[in-house]
Amino acid sequence: MSILIDENTRAIVQGITGSQGSFHTRLMLDYGTRIVAGVTPGKAGREVHGVPVYNSVREALREHDATASVIFVPAPFAMDAAFEAIEHLELVVIITEGIPVHDSMKIREYAEHHGCRVIGPNTAGIISPGKSKLGIMPAQVFAPGRVGVVSRSGTLAYEIALAITESGMGESTLVGIGGDPVVGTGFVEVLQMFEEDGHTDAVVLIGEIGGDAEERAAEYIAQMSKPVVGYVAGITAPPGKRMGHAGAIITRGKGTAESKIRALERSGAGVARLPQEIPELLHQVLK
Amino acid sequence: MSEAGVMRLYEYQGKQIFMRYGIRVPEGEVVTSPEKAGEIASRLGDVVLKAQVLTGGRGKAGAVKFASSPEEAQRMAEELFCMQPGGERVEKVLVEQRLNIRRELYAGITIDRGEGKPVVMLSPEGGVEIESVAERSPEKIFSRHVDPFVGFYPYMARELAAELHPEPEVFGEVAGVLLRLYRIFEEKDAQLVEINPLAVTDEGVIAADAKVVIDEDALFRQDFGVKGRGLPYVELEGSIGCVVNGAGLAMATMDTLKHLGGEPANFLDIGGGAGEEVMREALLKVASHPGVRVVFINILGGITRCDEIARGIIGASRSIDLPLVVRFRGTNEEEGAALLREAGIEVEKDMIKAARLAIEMSRRR
Repeated sequence: MSILIDENTRAIVQGITGSQGSFHTRLMLDYGTRIVAGVTPGKAGREVHGVPVYNSVREALREHDATASVIFVPAPFAMDAAFEAIEHLELVVIITEGIPVHDSMKIREYAEHHGCRVIGPNTAGIISPGKSKLGIMPAQVFAPGRVGVVSRSGTLAYEIALAITESGMGESTLVGIGGDPVVGTGFVEVLQMFEEDGHTDAVVLIGEIGGDAEERAAEYIAQMSKPVVGYVAGITAPPGKRMGHAGAIITRGKGTAESKIRALERSGAGVARLPQEIPELLHQVLK
Repeated sequence: MSEAGVMRLYEYQGKQIFMRYGIRVPEGEVVTSPEKAGEIASRLGDVVLKAQVLTGGRGKAGAVKFASSPEEAQRMAEELFCMQPGGERVEKVLVEQRLNIRRELYAGITIDRGEGKPVVMLSPEGGVEIESVAERSPEKIFSRHVDPFVGFYPYMARELAAELHPEPEVFGEVAGVLLRLYRIFEEKDAQLVEINPLAVTDEGVIAADAKVVIDEDALFRQDFGVKGRGLPYVELEGSIGCVVNGAGLAMATMDTLKHLGGEPANFLDIGGGAGEEVMREALLKVASHPGVRVVFINILGGITRCDEIARGIIGASRSIDLPLVVRFRGTNEEEGAALLREAGIEVEKDMIKAARLAIEMSRRR
């Protein structure tokens, strides 16, 4: 088992004819992901790495059975593509970076209306090693295993997955929730899935400064039965990058690395000082 | 950086937007010389002069002054133009008619990240830092979340305004300000719009200050004379220049260097999917900082391809006289490493080993 995706997940790619969409469709196919169709408006009838292209998600779903979509559509058109996916599918992974936050709020709200799970935007995606990947992460840093990983950042998550893999462990699923201020799915929802997953023994949470997602996660971690270890990036980040007073009201002074590390430690999670120390902490909690 | 990606407007720019949307602001003008400040003051009488900077805490820094005559206004403006609050040069001063303020309110709209929704806030405790109100007496901040599809309706503004138990004419005006503020928030793709203080005067309700923060990701559909965003770049005090792909890894690289005893001079996040040209420019920019003695390039390729990055490094290395420490893992790492080796540049695989090497080289020269 794993969370969100496995070897049976059938997905489409929106923006499949673009350079990133096409490149990563090939890598996802190479990994064994069942990409059954692609969508680029106006380019129906083409094929990308053997995957047939359609003008709309609806048209693609008339010919193919799929439950998920990976979106590579450029930011100015991404909200439209996301709405289209949300209307028809169960799981939507938005890789696109630079989507206006007002659009992201609408995407999240629309997904809630339709009972659709949105991952991202600005995410590396999801990988269940050895089974499927809906995303852009480099396959070679992962190995099948029993550690769940959830991260705001993409490349930092690869770094930590690499350390886990090189230490001889592996990952059940890695979920990049996305680095934007507003994302479709937060830490807590992913932690809940890992808590219920029979094939995950421990969870790694990778956070960073800004907002209060880690503090919210810590409240849930305190109730979890599975061990959680964490890392928070930005402890030496220069201050004064905060955006404004009103933002600070919502988070009530939360947002510094110190606050996040303290909250995680108070919840019982071990927190690493270097990304490469994560495997050592995992060994301790899994003993 | 997660808090980067925004564009702050100066107070006078915010007030120009307010005026266009029908929010009243004090009569005044923005000037670039002390003489002009005197001229405006001779027309307006008692004035307040405000240095136009983005640094917070202007009042405390003495960058807001009062004057009762044109001569005094000119003198105060001269002082303001010589100041550097928070290290920022003062190029413009806003000269405004002084208000006769009866009450100072607070009005603001921002995004609650956790809820993923806009939140509209109103407080009777204006004129002070709103965080301190939130800390000291949170019951004095009235707020409500807004469904982004429904928007902010007059009844919602009335509900909030009614919480202040104001005089009838103030009630209507405050509700009107909130509605207009929400329109600005939505139509300008703002992450924050704030009026602090929102002044209640004998002449009505007037925005005495304006803070507007725009989402840089939305600049493609806004008209602020800026298109798109540059790469996130932060300058620090040390001697190791850093080029990293991805904000999280960039911060972690900086933390790791510090943890191991190194001092980053700056860091530049090339983001996801950067190609040869972006890498070339990134390296040139980081290397141009005078404190840099070695450049540490830490790439874990996903959407970014190490071979593209290698070409960018080679392109820039011809015009740089600095040692480079390159660490490649991930997409096309072998191809990238091969290209660099041909060009005589060594490539590491292990981040910690590479970080230690960069630290050692930063001490060598």
